Amino acid sequence: MAKPAVLTHPESLKRPAGPSEYAKDPVNASMSKADKIALYTKMARIRHFEQRCIRIYQQGKIGGFLHLYVGQEAVAAGTISLLGKHDHIITGYRDHGHGLMVGMGMNECMAELTGRVTGCSQGKGGSMHYFAPDKNYWGGHGIVGGQAPLGTGLAYAVKYMGLKGSCLAYMGDGAVNQGAVHEAYNLASLWDLPVIFVVENNGYSMGTSQERSTAHPGCLAKRAEGYNMAWDVINGHDVYEVRAKTAIALKRAHEESKPTVLEIFTYRYFGHSMADPDKTYRDKEEIKEYREKKDPVLAFEQELLSEKVLTPELSLKINEAAMAEADKAAIFADESPDPTVADITKHIYWEEDNRGPKTTSRGTIIFE
Amino acid sequence: MAVISYREALRAAMREELKRDDKVVIMGEEVAQFNGAYKVTEGLLKEFGPKRIVDTPISEAGFIGLGIGASMLGIRPVMELMFWSFSYVAFDQIVNNAGNIRYMSGGLINCPIVIRGPANGGTNVGATHSHTPEAILASHPGIKVVCPATPYDAKGLMKAAIRDNDPVYVMENTILYNDKGEVPDEDYIVPLGVADVKRVGTDLTIVAHGRAVITSLKAAEILEKEHGVSVEVVDLRSIRPLDEETILASVRKTHRALLVEENKPFCGVDAQVAYLIQSKAFDELDAPIHRVSSIDAPQIYCKRMEDLQMPNVERVVAEALKVLA
Ligand SMILES: Cc1ncc(C[n+]2csc(CCOP(=O)(O)OP(=O)(O)O)c2C)c(N)n1
Ligand SMILES: [Mg+2]
Repeated sequence: MAKPAVLTHPESLKRPAGPSEYAKDPVNASMSKADKIALYTKMARIRHFEQRCIRIYQQGKIGGFLHLYVGQEAVAAGTISLLGKHDHIITGYRDHGHGLMVGMGMNECMAELTGRVTGCSQGKGGSMHYFAPDKNYWGGHGIVGGQAPLGTGLAYAVKYMGLKGSCLAYMGDGAVNQGAVHEAYNLASLWDLPVIFVVENNGYSMGTSQERSTAHPGCLAKRAEGYNMAWDVINGHDVYEVRAKTAIALKRAHEESKPTVLEIFTYRYFGHSMADPDKTYRDKEEIKEYREKKDPVLAFEQELLSEKVLTPELSLKINEAAMAEADKAAIFADESPDPTVADITKHIYWEEDNRGPKTTSRGTIIFE
Repeated sequence: MAVISYREALRAAMREELKRDDKVVIMGEEVAQFNGAYKVTEGLLKEFGPKRIVDTPISEAGFIGLGIGASMLGIRPVMELMFWSFSYVAFDQIVNNAGNIRYMSGGLINCPIVIRGPANGGTNVGATHSHTPEAILASHPGIKVVCPATPYDAKGLMKAAIRDNDPVYVMENTILYNDKGEVPDEDYIVPLGVADVKRVGTDLTIVAHGRAVITSLKAAEILEKEHGVSVEVVDLRSIRPLDEETILASVRKTHRALLVEENKPFCGVDAQVAYLIQSKAFDELDAPIHRVSSIDAPQIYCKRMEDLQMPNVERVVAEALKVLA
């Protein structure tokens, strides 16, 4: 039986945001002033991008589903800020924050939402299906839990190729009840794969509180023990803590090629998607409490102000720049062209897009 | 006759069957406390309580399989899939278990389960959420599949499905949920396997199911007004069992057939219908059978293109004119 990593009881996570006890953790203490400002800037960019999306959705320019990441920024920001060349990520449909963190541009992200050919997936994927494989970002997956085996496979490939890397596979607290997730857990542990399953526990799967969906309430990460995997729980409102504890799991992946389950406690401020009126299953007070006392972006801002890394003026400048960038992205999306009807049947098969002497299959492959 | 929505018709069917038979149980994600992701089950928890209306975790393979198991012992579960697209994580249960248990037990075990939920494109949600698996599922003997297009059919087919002793998969459509139509006040069912002539005509038969019926009816109006063509629209309603006689009778009358479905073309429902017509009414045909289906690609996200990918009124009219040429 592998020893679980640090055992923190979730109760202890309920403390109000304040100076982070993880500021002095080596991964954080070693950050330069510029690193810290860059990390804060990225969190602010996610926040403003998402808030700009709300307006565009309300203008009717984004259809379908739009799942916002507002409130959860420290999870993607903290974890992804640690990654190196051979570390990969994959997530579910709440995927904008991760995209911006790996370095996708606001333009391509916004244009994807409005279905433009200039979008990251050329208007073919939409909000739930962002991809940037050149940045080690493998999506953006609409089916709950479906990405967990894929992430395990990415980790397998990294290991197979003899690289010192990993894959972070993100999912929600509702996703832990998909069979595919459990099969992935077992494979990851059985084959010693460098995968980190990151459970972003925002307390709800749509209108279902975590207690109503999941046996073993309070701590989902502990299920890892059944698979002989290490696990940890993290306060997702404190980006320093996210970094400190993720670094341990990353080291385990890199040095020992062993998987970890990280459960990160976080909160979403808006409905499950923009289609959810968010009126029935949780208290307005609860949302207010999180917004006012635990906001991850404000908490990090406070942290950096007290460290004298940020000044109020600089913070204002960063936030204004992020808003302006989001505004520009909205205009870019507006002015971009749609894909064409001919584009509908492109990108289905490699073979079809690369017809030539080297392609081997014959016969009709796209039908009338 | 009351005028109610497709959504209300489905709810009324479940409500009446819940009252009639205490073995009926409704299960699915968000069906109880949240009143249904699409509000089809709204109010049922309040009326019937948590024993009959049950919220599940996001574990389709688990809860659908559980429903199949319970049905073997005589419970009559009506399972909601938030989208039929999510049935793919429960494919083994839905196809292998529900579809084969009666056969493999030599008829000893029945599986009276209903699985229902929306199965449609056209809502700008991308490839993973836009599947229409009626053809895939109907290709498995042991399984029944229906696709109501109107409130009347939605209620009647749902009630028939719940009373049926075999697995019946009801494919609804989120775009139709608000459509209104007349529904009788008294108890009725629409038997599985009975097609409905939704519009009578003499020059061309359009065979369709699901929302393609509504599209075809609009196209028929235009064909009549602008081209002076009299179109008959046959709504399959049920894919398996299939009402072969109603299709053939219409083709024998009009001698021309256009088949419209929102599926992708390859091995679609209409591939089977086309085979049926040519094998049993070949001599009646005055023109080759044509089809309109979705452009053969995973569902595109861009709404403007998705509307062109799917059968729309313009495409149906244009193809009908080709059959008539
Ligand atoms: C297999 C499957 N079932 C159902 C859904 C519909 N659905 C999408 S998100 C969601 C809730 C997921 O909640 P959680 O895992 O907690 O993630 P969160 O949305 O909170 O980020 C559900 C039920 C789906 N996309 N896939
Ligand atoms: Mg959640």
